[in-house]
Amino acid sequence: MSEQTHGIVKHDLAPGEEEEHSVGARILGYVVGLALALLLTATSFFIAGTDLVWQPSIPVALIVLAIAQMGVHLVFFLHITTGPDNTNNVLALAFGLLVVFLVVGGTVWIMAHLNANMPPMDQIMRMQ
Amino acid sequence: MLGKLDWSAIPFDQPIPLVAGAVVLVAILGVLGWVVVKGHLPYLWHEWITSVDHKRIGVMYILLASVMLLRGGSDAIMMRIQQAMAYQSQGYLPPEHYNQIFSAHGTIMIFFVAMPFVIGLMNLVVPLQLGVRDVAFPTLNSVGFWLTATGALLVNISLVVGEFARTGWLAFPPLSELSYSPGVGVDYYAWSLQISGVGTLVAGINLVTTVLKLRTKGMNYLRMPMFCWTTLASNLLIVAAFPILTATLAMLLLDRYLGFHFFTNEAGGNVMMFMNLIWAWGHPEVYILVLPAFGIFSEVVSTFSGKALFGYRSMVLATMAICVISFMVWLHHFFTMGAGPDVNAIFGIASMIIAVPTGVKIYNWLFTMYGGRIRFATPMLWSVGFMVTFIIGGLTGVLLAVPPADFMLHNSMFLVAHFHNVIIGGVLFGAFAGFEYWFPKAFGFRLDERWGKAAFWFTLTGFFVTFMPLYVAGMLGMTRRMQHYDIAAWRPWMIIAAFGMAVLTIGVICQIVQLVVSIRNREALRDRTGDPWDGRSLEWATSSPPPVFNFAFNPDVRGEDAYWDMKAHAKQQSLAHETPDYQDIEMPRNSPTGFVCAFFATIMGFALIWHIWWMVILGGLGAWATFVVFAWRDHDEYVIPAEEVARIDRSNIEERRSLVSMAGTV
Repeated sequence: MSEQTHGIVKHDLAPGEEEEHSVGARILGYVVGLALALLLTATSFFIAGTDLVWQPSIPVALIVLAIAQMGVHLVFFLHITTGPDNTNNVLALAFGLLVVFLVVGGTVWIMAHLNANMPPMDQIMRMQ
Repeated sequence: MLGKLDWSAIPFDQPIPLVAGAVVLVAILGVLGWVVVKGHLPYLWHEWITSVDHKRIGVMYILLASVMLLRGGSDAIMMRIQQAMAYQSQGYLPPEHYNQIFSAHGTIMIFFVAMPFVIGLMNLVVPLQLGVRDVAFPTLNSVGFWLTATGALLVNISLVVGEFARTGWLAFPPLSELSYSPGVGVDYYAWSLQISGVGTLVAGINLVTTVLKLRTKGMNYLRMPMFCWTTLASNLLIVAAFPILTATLAMLLLDRYLGFHFFTNEAGGNVMMFMNLIWAWGHPEVYILVLPAFGIFSEVVSTFSGKALFGYRSMVLATMAICVISFMVWLHHFFTMGAGPDVNAIFGIASMIIAVPTGVKIYNWLFTMYGGRIRFATPMLWSVGFMVTFIIGGLTGVLLAVPPADFMLHNSMFLVAHFHNVIIGGVLFGAFAGFEYWFPKAFGFRLDERWGKAAFWFTLTGFFVTFMPLYVAGMLGMTRRMQHYDIAAWRPWMIIAAFGMAVLTIGVICQIVQLVVSIRNREALRDRTGDPWDGRSLEWATSSPPPVFNFAFNPDVRGEDAYWDMKAHAKQQSLAHETPDYQDIEMPRNSPTGFVCAFFATIMGFALIWHIWWMVILGGLGAWATFVVFAWRDHDEYVIPAEEVARIDRSNIEERRSLVSMAGTV
């Protein structure tokens, strides 16, 4: 199959084709990613239980760390970069995020309005 | 040892499923016996069951869909007869059996007819249209097909072993929870959908990757045939939406198996969350089915009008707009849930907006036909029939998108008529158009036109006679899924609908006869050119049926309508060719991975349904081991030597040339 797909679409790799990187460089990438991921995880656990920082900032800090964790996974493990080969991946990611946003956001919105057509609770109680 | 399974699972007291099951079993054993006795088993195993060729897998998908269409159709006939009979009486079906039938009908028609039919056509055609030799992941493709077949098998096993769900095709809780459905019906439903859902997801990933990554030289995105675009959109939706279905059913299964309370009435469960989640999948699913059909109509209308598709770019834009907007309308399936006017209004407006790109498409097809030299071959008849039928279905859909109107029509026969109008008129007509259109490509001979046209007219007439009365019955206040009723005003409409069903059945029979007649006359109907319809896209550039490697050379695409261009240039250059330089071609090796995986998945699914835990472990281990064996394979490709490629290609070119020169002398 490789002969067929070479040079068809410039700067694009067919499935199964490997990027031309030496093994060492790739392993280094994964090790750095793993280290960062572990660091962020450890920090999260540490922050959650500490009293060294201003308490109300803890949830915000956890959210920031979680987003950073996602970023590390995307860059080091899923190889989402800004390179020309990555347009498809970035678009797929954007589509995925859009769908998650629509479904999760929509669900929260819908479920919050679930009882809009119901009379207030005290009225129901009085009817019984 | 055998969990909940014992002899009481076989419904000895119910003659209908037992006789039906026995007939099917005898038929299957008969076919198997014939295959073994005639010595076709090795051929079947090496050439089809283990095949990773996208064309073969596509054909098997369509075969599965056709067989299941007969099963789902029989359910439909039984329901129409029941409703025609059950006026002030019980009819001939007991309530619990009737409930199983409408649940099985919906489940089968959506998951095991419509889905495999469109996925099969996409599998068969898209790599050919893109000018490539296979899909991105050939073995995964086979796994996807066989897992879908597993789901279909489990649903059919429920006919004789145990029961099927009585909950409707989406198994709404709390009815589908353990307290109201203690039997195995809902488990059959959920596990067969979980397993076939994996297959569908895999097929979706495969086809998205194929369209994005494997295109021949010069095949830019904006030169792809319309069917490739709709395939891309539809499979993006599969990848995005099917995980929602899987997660939702997984939560339902946790409720049923491990005592969770996601959707129960008590302990903080919320039934409405299930409606919300299942329709967040369910609405994109509608477009997963209909977008490929739109693509088929685009190909057919443009080919049989002898014109390029009108407004190609607006068509691409409309397709991708539908792809995104389809995720913004799901609440219109439960306007009556109580979310209030502001939420309902937003989703109502979004539902009307999504009709706009669909309308754009209808106009594009009409303008493609305008001024064209139209040939009314069978695929074109299905397309024109679709346009008329689908507009009616679309308009009643816009009507249902108005929340106040929906409060009146919700769960009525009007709704039943509406979605059959769009799914039969859209998806099924599209599937039939694609079947007639690409059959010569898959098998090398055309289908009989006379029987094809008869099938079309009977199906179209039968459809209108069956479903237009249901609109009226809905307006008269008849709700869906009624086992019997006492209202005299509904009766005549139910009888007309049953009569329409008979006409529809004649249409299906015509289609079966068409297949038989065409196979018998295949020499007379032989397609020697590879281009029986004067086609425009690359699938017609190769022979019918295509060689296993599809193209001896990667076609070089210079514009839209790639093959039409080539033909135009070839006429100018009077087919002058120097001897081409043939090269070895590497093709993926056949692999039993898919079949073996699905075999173990079937065991596991069946064991999960009946709580046979040791067998669950056995099936799971087997499927996992199959995967490991495949992952550790050494060779997954074989080489077709250049001489062989040259021999096959030369004989094709020879055949074509002789026909062209004959055409010149006339």
